[in-house]
Amino acid sequence: MSTPDPGPDPLDVAALDAAVDAALADIASASDLDALKAVRTLHTGDRSALALANRAIGALPGPDKAAAGKNVGPRRGRINGALARRQAELEAERDERVLVEESVDVTLPTDRRPVGARHPIELVQERIADFFVGMGWEIADGPEVEAEWFNFDALNFDPDHPARQMQDTFYVAGVDGAEGTSDGMDGTVGGKPSNLVLRTHTSPVQSRSLLERGVPLYIACPGKVFRTDALDQTHTPVFHQVEGLAVDKGLTMANLVGTLDAFARAMFGPAAKTRLRPAYFPFTEPSAEMDLWFPQKKGGAGWIEWGGCGMVNPNVLRAAGIDPEEYSGFAFGMGIERTLMLRHSIADMHDIVEGDVRFSTQFGTEI
Amino acid sequence: MPRIVTDWLGEHVELPADLTAAGLAAALVKVGLEEEEILPAAVTGPLVVGRVLAQTPEPQKNGKTINWCLVDVGPEHNASQIKGVDDDDVPDGGARGVVCGAHNFGVGDLVVVSLPGTVLPGGFAIAARKTYGHVSDGMICSVRELGIGDDHDGILVLTRAGFDAADLTPGQDAIALLGLGDEVLEINVTPDRGYAFSYRGVGREYAHSTGAPFTDRGLVENLGTPPPAPTADGFAVEVDDAAPIHGAVGCDRFVTRVVRGIDPSAPTPPWMKRRLEGSGMRSISLAVDVTNYVMLDLGQPLHAYDLAEVAAPIVVRRAAAGERLTTLDDVERALDAEDLLITDSPDGARGSRVLGMAGVMGGASSEVGGATTDVLIEAAHFDQVSVARTARRHRLPSEAAKRFERGVDPRLPAVAAQRVVDLLVEHGGGTADPAVSDLDTTSALAPVRLDVTLPTRLAGVDYDRAAVVGTLEQIGCTVADAGEGVVLVTPPSWRPDLTEPAALVEEVVRIQGYDQIPSVLPAAPGGRGLTDDQRARRSVARALAEAGLVEVLSYPFVGTADLDALGLPADDVRRAALRLANPLADDRPLMRADLLSTLLEVARRNVSRGLGDVAVFEVGLVTRPVAGAPAAPQLPVGVRPSDAELEALAAAVPAQPRHVAGVLAGAAQPAGWWGAGRPADWSDALDAARLVAGRVGVDVTVRPDTGTMPWHPGRCAAVVLPDGTVAGHAGELHPKVLEALGLPARAVAFELDLSALLAAADGEPVAARPVSAFPAAREDFAFVVGADVPAADVRSAVVAGAGELLEEVSLFDVFTGPQVGEGKKSLAYTVRLRAADRTLSADDVRAVRDGVVAAAAERVGAVLRG
Repeated sequence: MSTPDPGPDPLDVAALDAAVDAALADIASASDLDALKAVRTLHTGDRSALALANRAIGALPGPDKAAAGKNVGPRRGRINGALARRQAELEAERDERVLVEESVDVTLPTDRRPVGARHPIELVQERIADFFVGMGWEIADGPEVEAEWFNFDALNFDPDHPARQMQDTFYVAGVDGAEGTSDGMDGTVGGKPSNLVLRTHTSPVQSRSLLERGVPLYIACPGKVFRTDALDQTHTPVFHQVEGLAVDKGLTMANLVGTLDAFARAMFGPAAKTRLRPAYFPFTEPSAEMDLWFPQKKGGAGWIEWGGCGMVNPNVLRAAGIDPEEYSGFAFGMGIERTLMLRHSIADMHDIVEGDVRFSTQFGTEI
Repeated sequence: MPRIVTDWLGEHVELPADLTAAGLAAALVKVGLEEEEILPAAVTGPLVVGRVLAQTPEPQKNGKTINWCLVDVGPEHNASQIKGVDDDDVPDGGARGVVCGAHNFGVGDLVVVSLPGTVLPGGFAIAARKTYGHVSDGMICSVRELGIGDDHDGILVLTRAGFDAADLTPGQDAIALLGLGDEVLEINVTPDRGYAFSYRGVGREYAHSTGAPFTDRGLVENLGTPPPAPTADGFAVEVDDAAPIHGAVGCDRFVTRVVRGIDPSAPTPPWMKRRLEGSGMRSISLAVDVTNYVMLDLGQPLHAYDLAEVAAPIVVRRAAAGERLTTLDDVERALDAEDLLITDSPDGARGSRVLGMAGVMGGASSEVGGATTDVLIEAAHFDQVSVARTARRHRLPSEAAKRFERGVDPRLPAVAAQRVVDLLVEHGGGTADPAVSDLDTTSALAPVRLDVTLPTRLAGVDYDRAAVVGTLEQIGCTVADAGEGVVLVTPPSWRPDLTEPAALVEEVVRIQGYDQIPSVLPAAPGGRGLTDDQRARRSVARALAEAGLVEVLSYPFVGTADLDALGLPADDVRRAALRLANPLADDRPLMRADLLSTLLEVARRNVSRGLGDVAVFEVGLVTRPVAGAPAAPQLPVGVRPSDAELEALAAAVPAQPRHVAGVLAGAAQPAGWWGAGRPADWSDALDAARLVAGRVGVDVTVRPDTGTMPWHPGRCAAVVLPDGTVAGHAGELHPKVLEALGLPARAVAFELDLSALLAAADGEPVAARPVSAFPAAREDFAFVVGADVPAADVRSAVVAGAGELLEEVSLFDVFTGPQVGEGKKSLAYTVRLRAADRTLSADDVRAVRDGVVAAAAERVGAVLRG
């Protein structure tokens, strides 16, 4: 059994310096944190030269103790300081390396959540509603299966009115399977007509709102309407309109024009404007077709048909119990599909109605 | 709709010489006659008059004989050398060689030749071509090739078609001659302006638009000599209307005239033929063409009878039960008791024979034929409604009916009949018979009182009195002063639509110009913004979109097969759907009673287009008719219904709640470089349903529902409102339904009654609870319960047992296996406890723990897992 190394004499400065130099050399050459850990144990552990020298101080006679302490303490401090500095250096090197190693391809796709969308027809209707709400109007709606009276008579289309026949109306079958036309023109014998239709326009909401809310009234009514047109590039049997109605004291056609111009600008930008042409609708008089100046029109800016409008026919006011001598109003309606198709360069109605998700997802949740 | 041949219009109103169809359209649209389309010129290129100089019949091997012709087509077009013809044989001045298969012409005839470069109707381009051993350098045309008749074999020989040889020269432009080069404007006439269904009316409107001088040829005062007064020997006519519609007698004017001795072979003059054809009407015979011509010109429908086939008196009456009529179109029709008829009285049997449906179509028996020499002319005025109903009933929108149902000027019959007489005398060689009858019970239109300031007040444009009165007089009204700023306006006979001051205002604004109206935005009084329901609807749709579903719209039409595919039982309420009388497709005559019946089809369409992972939703109305609901009342126009009538209207309109539904198939979360995806399952459907309820602000609960199609009986939940009403369902779809619809296995769906949810939301502002800053305590519980105990019940027990210190409870594990025993499952909950006013003590937490364990044991038989 060998005698344990007693370590250098704490009073032997040269031996102590040799131990420090050896430690500093080892620290400097430690290439990683593990090596440094071994160096630390070797030069500062219990069996290290300076630890042994330090321990030996206790056995020295009094006067030597102080000198030995001065010899050993600062040298141990130098070694610990070098260790700490090297530790910091090596840690920094390691951190830098690890962060580099941890780098990822940030161009990888991140679409873990499926993306949904609103239907643009709904979005346009909401945008239109927001425009009118912004002007202080309110948004009204009504049933899609509607009483003929609201769809026609209340709007001054009597049963024999030629315009009533031009509407390509879906009629609701009556009880006992009788067809629902109130004019008895269908040749059905027996059964009772239902006198219900799928609304051919959003205009019945005019009468409903006048009856329910009274005057003054400023409303817009976006909604679904029905005509017996086959689906093709520009027609669909189920489509959408927005109806506007203002009834108050002293409203004029100039107010109608002002409202349409503001609406056109809201939908199509500051260069948009409208123009009226004389036309005929049973529920307005005077009546007009409304053209839109469309700067983005293919082949150059130009006028395109946008909808119908006019001053509310006195018979419509009377049907709601409102005195046409006291109140006047204007009404207008336009197709939402047409508005959408113009605004977003949609060429084919099929895309709007077929429900293919690739169509809706182009629009996201705002329009 | 009417087509406008420009030079014909020029007989009524002065037109600029260079007026194009587009220019005419621009002028007319300003006053409300909209362009329907501009029909292009029928023929372009060198179509010329030719004189046949030589005609050599050449029999062919195929048995046909062709004619090799030399035709003089004028110095500009003639050739001095003709291939295959000796130069010496070419006539002086040249010619063209043309092969022709027809034989109804000869040397010296004036014909129409289409030279190479001509394009005939149907895009038929003419070029020189080798045929039958010659080079045919053009074509001698038949009327059919020119698009002006049906006669195919007949070469058009111009002198036989009524042209005077003195007016024709070889080489002359035949396009102008035959009127084949005109673009023709077709306009759209609105239902209130029947008078514009004529050149007379369009001329008037053109004058209103441009100020061009206009002569109203429909007015008696503008005729050289007025039409003769009725005579005692005029053809007897009686009106015997036993059932007037809305109190209006079906016929209030009936003029007859007789022309005798017409040459049945007299051709229609070419100019008339050209104008008729340009206006879209075929030439038939002189008598018929003349009545059509005058109808188009003035707007008065007319009928010509073979006088020999009509026995006095003519009786205008309603049809009797069982009567039938074969109309001019050779269709035998069963007549309706409401049909107004023209009848005559053979063998003295008054009104016993039906001649025609008044104002709609004549009968075949009294038709003017190839042997007719004496003609009875009818110019009558019939009730708009009566004609409209008959035309609709028999689906006969004839030219006459189109005019009568929009309103014909009741002052026109005598004028129009005179025009017919004049034209038949002039072109048919007939003699006007002095016998005239004119049954006239018409009355002047009622005057309308108009406050002269009303146009200004309604239009927002300043019109002075002179402008208002002047405009009304310009459109034909008589205006009388009624004092105090009011005028009494009597509309002209051709404007039965002018019954209200507003209609007169429209005329003033229209004639003065809509472009005069300024743009003034009105100030609304200020609204309440979107309603709570409107905001909630948007929020729901946006939430679903943000959750990854795509909004779609589907047509609401379904058929029995669609409902069968959903597996709906026979007594399902969704089968009691509203039925359309005239559906677009016979196999889908019903209005959907839920959204899934049409939305699933949309999902399927997406899958079939290769979009495997589908998540779609729709918000829309569904129709829920009430069995035995009363029919809606029929109420008049222009009158406010009584409250009782409004209630009856409301009762008749079926309930149409707004629903929201969604379908998910395939992956709910996609697979990717990050690892596997997650297929959509029943819980995604429930999550979407809960999302909807949450956005509306209603605390719904769910419970298992084993019996609602189209869902899987073991994987479907009913979504229940706080009051216990079921608002809808969510879960996995039934495998049989998926198979029937061709949807991927395990597809899921939800459908909720959004209207019911919105109604259940209290709409009150949330009363906020204070947020406690004291520390929380957490406790876990693993309960063993029967496998059939719903987790929701266990949760309710935990909530009840924990009491008011409970802040949050969540289920973090569901476990079945031998450790928990057969027919059992383990549910592990973690609860977070907190007090508003203190740090919880160990005693507090122990009390909650004991309470939870006791409640769970008592309510759902739960035991703590050891």
